[in-house]
Amino acid sequence: MILLELFITFFKIGLFTFGGGYAMVPLINAEVLEKGWMTGEQLVNFIAVSESTPGPFAVNISTYIGMETGGILGALCATLGVILPSFIVILAVARFIDAFRKSTLMEGVFTGIKPGAVGLLFAAVISVGLTTLFPDGINGDVFTSPLFLITLITFILMVILSFKKLHPILMIVLSGIIGIAAGHIFDIPV
Amino acid sequence: MEHKKNDSENHIYLSLFLTFFMIGAFTFGGGYAMIPVIQREIVDKKGWLKKDDLLEMLAVSESTPGPIAINSATFVGYRIGGIGGAFFSTLGVVLPAFVIISLLSFVLDAFSHIKEVKYAFMGIRAGVLALILKAALSMFLQCKKDIFSLFIMVSAFILVAVFSISPVFIILGCALLGIIFTLLMKRRIKK
Repeated sequence: MILLELFITFFKIGLFTFGGGYAMVPLINAEVLEKGWMTGEQLVNFIAVSESTPGPFAVNISTYIGMETGGILGALCATLGVILPSFIVILAVARFIDAFRKSTLMEGVFTGIKPGAVGLLFAAVISVGLTTLFPDGINGDVFTSPLFLITLITFILMVILSFKKLHPILMIVLSGIIGIAAGHIFDIPV
Repeated sequence: MEHKKNDSENHIYLSLFLTFFMIGAFTFGGGYAMIPVIQREIVDKKGWLKKDDLLEMLAVSESTPGPIAINSATFVGYRIGGIGGAFFSTLGVVLPAFVIISLLSFVLDAFSHIKEVKYAFMGIRAGVLALILKAALSMFLQCKKDIFSLFIMVSAFILVAVFSISPVFIILGCALLGIIFTLLMKRRIKK
C-alpha cells in the first residue's frame, strides 16, 4: 500500500537525518530513487524548486514526492512521516534536557554521526554529479558533447560564485538563464 | 514555563500557530535560515524566550534526529505552551510549505515539458550541484578532523559512493563506532 510505504519511508528519512537542509539529501537520494518514485534528474530539479520556495526542505520534498506518488493523501502521509520522529524525540528530550546533553552515550553518538554525515553528503555530491554531468551515462564521445561542457562550465562558475557568497536563489536564476541561452545557441536536443 | 488554562491557553496556541506560520511562510531554504527569524519573532518581539534559550534550542535541534526547522518549532512550542504548544507550532511551520508545494506540484508537471523550462533546468542542475558541494565543504570545515573523524568520513563516503550501502546503515554504524570510541577514550583518561 503506497500510503503506508510513503509514511514509513519518510519516517525513516526523518529519523536518520541529523541537521538541517542538505543533510537529508543522501537519504532521499538512496530511499526515493531506489523505490523509483523519482529520477535523479527530477530530484535535483526539485532541490532548486525547494530552495526557491518558502519552508523547510524536508517538508517541501516530502510533500512533493507524496503528491506525485499518492496525491494529496500521499503528501499528507509523507509529510507526517518526516515530521513525527522530530516531534516525538523533541518532546521526550525537552523534559530531560540536561541529562540528555551531558550523557556519554549521546556524546558518543555524535562523535560518530557528525563525520559520518560529511562522508554521506560527499557521496551524494558524486551521485548527483554523475546524473547531472552524464544524464545518459558515460560513453566515448560524452566528454565533447555540448550538454556536458555547458553543465561543467556552469557548475564551475557557480562554485566560484557560491564562495563569493552569492545568494542561492540568485545562483539558481543565473544558472537557469545560462541553461536557456546555451540550450538555444547550441540547439541541444531535450 | 507555567501557563494558565482555558482562554489564555487557547490564545497562546493561536499565537504560536500564527507566529510559526509566518516563519514557515517567509523563510527560504529552511533550517539555519530560520534561526534569525525565530530570534526576531520569539525573542525580540514576543519575549517568549531568552536568547540563551535560543542557543539551547539550536543545540537540541542539531543533536536530535529530524530537520532543524521542525525540531526548533517543536522545542519552542513545548517550552511556551506544553504539548499543545508544540503541536500548533509544528503545524504552523509546516503548513505554508505543504500548501504551496501541493499547489505547485500541478504547475511543475504542466510546465516540465516546455523546451525553455527543460533548458533552464539543465543549467539549474549544475547550480544545485554547486550548492550541495558547498554544503558538503562547509560541513567538512565545521567537523573535527582527528584520525577517528577522518576515518569515519572516508569510510562512510566509500561505503555509499562505491558500494551503494544504505545511508541508514552508515548512520547506525557511525553512531555505534562513536559510542565505542568515546567510551574507550574516557576509560583511557580515567587510567
